[in-house]
Amino acid sequence: MTFLTQVLNGLQLGSIYALVALGYTMVYGIILLLNFAHGDIIMVGAYISWVAMASLGLHPAIAVVLSIGGCALLGVLIDKVAYAPLRNAPRLSILITAIGVSYFLENGAQLVFGADAKVVPAFVDAPNIVVGDAHVSVIAVITIVVTAVSTAVLTFLVQRTKLGRAMRAVSEDMGAARLMGINVNTTISFTFAVGSALAGIGAILYSMAYAQATPTMGIMLGTKAFVAAVLGGIGSIPGAVIGGLLVGFAEVLVSAIGLSVWKDAVVFALLIIVLIVRPTGILGRTMNEKV
Amino acid sequence: MAHTISRRDFLRLSGASCAAALAPSILAGCARPKVDENVIKVGVMGPYSGEVAQYGLAVRSGVELFVKQLNAAGGINGKRIELDIQDEKGDATEAVNVYYKMMEDGVVAIIGDVTSTPSIAVAQASLRDNMPLVSGSATAPDLIKYGHNTFRTCITDPFQGRVMADFAAKQGYKVVGTIYNSGGDYEVGVNDAFVRRAQEKGIQISRQEGYAAGDVDFKAQLTSIIATKPDAILSPNYYQDDGKIVTQARELGFKGAFLGADGWANIVGGEQEYASAADLEGCFYDSSFVSANDAANVQDFIRAFNDEFHEQPTNFCALGYDAAMIMFDAIRRVEEGGARPSETEAYRAGIIDAIATGHVEGVTGAISFEGTGDPVKSTLIITFENGVEKIFDTISS
Repeated sequence: MTFLTQVLNGLQLGSIYALVALGYTMVYGIILLLNFAHGDIIMVGAYISWVAMASLGLHPAIAVVLSIGGCALLGVLIDKVAYAPLRNAPRLSILITAIGVSYFLENGAQLVFGADAKVVPAFVDAPNIVVGDAHVSVIAVITIVVTAVSTAVLTFLVQRTKLGRAMRAVSEDMGAARLMGINVNTTISFTFAVGSALAGIGAILYSMAYAQATPTMGIMLGTKAFVAAVLGGIGSIPGAVIGGLLVGFAEVLVSAIGLSVWKDAVVFALLIIVLIVRPTGILGRTMNEKV
Repeated sequence: MAHTISRRDFLRLSGASCAAALAPSILAGCARPKVDENVIKVGVMGPYSGEVAQYGLAVRSGVELFVKQLNAAGGINGKRIELDIQDEKGDATEAVNVYYKMMEDGVVAIIGDVTSTPSIAVAQASLRDNMPLVSGSATAPDLIKYGHNTFRTCITDPFQGRVMADFAAKQGYKVVGTIYNSGGDYEVGVNDAFVRRAQEKGIQISRQEGYAAGDVDFKAQLTSIIATKPDAILSPNYYQDDGKIVTQARELGFKGAFLGADGWANIVGGEQEYASAADLEGCFYDSSFVSANDAANVQDFIRAFNDEFHEQPTNFCALGYDAAMIMFDAIRRVEEGGARPSETEAYRAGIIDAIATGHVEGVTGAISFEGTGDPVKSTLIITFENGVEKIFDTISS
């Protein structure tokens, strides 16, 4: 039973990483930008949930909508204000800008909300499902299901819709896409909106599982998700999911055998090994294969 | 005509005014401090700016409240208490500088320091001068080993570990697992002392799990611990982590007890509730101060503190209050013995002897000393009822 519980722990943790990694992968796939502010968008999402439920006393469902909507809006805004003016600048400039945005969000949150943790109220109040000896947490089940559904919807969006085709076209060749009559700026904004909405969903799942919002919560989460995206092959949607689950399972495995202090080291060692053996990641085939 | 000042004139002018401003203080620094026989001057040092300022400010507010009450009641032996309050910014070098400044100011004793590292630096520096030192909050075991002039009024980390192990034995727990931040001195100190004492008492420590600062997911470690079917889990961490650990363990189906140390203070009762009332049932931690204490002196202190500062006193405020209580109780007895502050060395030696034989009913429990600078004091075991803190037991050492 302990084994099954640990598998579930790994699935839950991995699902959250996967969802965040999807956001990284989306943005990287289109404009080759490592959006280091992605983890901090999750932090903002968690604070939106906290304000909505703890301060304004709104229904959890409204808090969910506000968090996802707020994150999507924030993502688009960050793109318009910070990244769009640098579209033709060297990639290093835009990368440094992303780090700047990340610091801005962290310190802004600390200024507004203070450094101590805020407790996000429970979204669902459901007892555990007891199977024999094992307690299956409803939150864990919700997390796994939501991630699976999000991945499916995202895959459909990218592969089967007109906007998805536009995204893939921009990703292949921005100039040629523009010549073919695709509105590149709208497409990029849409990508940021979708990627950040995923961050909003991630924020809600994270708040459900860990219930605390702090200004710095996005740093480690973002870094681990970045590792997950690179592991799976950055730019690839199934790769992000596989990478996320891999990181989640690695952490739980290391903790389960009693070496929990080493779990971050193991995750980053895994990244180094993959980069040496297979620099494009598990599912990344060539550098042209994006989203 | 526009009147302009040349750069040279400006420099000359500012140089002259600086010298003029500094002159009195330089002269004052050279003169030996004049001892006013109607004033008892005591130093208070702590970090009032910088990273650990929150603790320094809390301790200081407790000391200030005590002295305000004491002066309002007529002071000691008709003499007024004057505090020489200095900021050491949480830095050991700065603390030693502050110490020498206080020596120059002619203080008869010092209440401080607040955190362990600067406190040890001051303990070493003060040894030669035989300066009475009482810290309300420095928990490092080494602090009191440098000289007999250094005392503290708080309990140490290992002491808390032993108290909780004794409590676990008393509750009849047979198997206990532990989970602690393996990068924190406090957490490791409590955990190790707990494990050692618990094993002496025949309790089986089924699993010890560490985690790194900043971790949020403890489920893997908790699953391993719960698999050993423990009666209780020790979580000697700070309240934000404790809240997550308790919540996640309950989510994994753990119904046993949780044991903690005074880092649990603030888990409920403040602006945020870090764990739900249902999850906190069956959790116990030790602390020397809790606002749920009905004792008259504690309630009086809380009321006076509220009146003075318009906020709830924390553990550190209470510890500062008690450090001042021990110090001024000793000074009162020295004064009653006829000692004079102008005979500074004898006066200080008298205070040290008086502290060593002192006994006060503080707001963090009864405090006395038995040959060392570590206090012999009672501790409270605190539990939760419907999410509200409640005293479960009082342990006297």
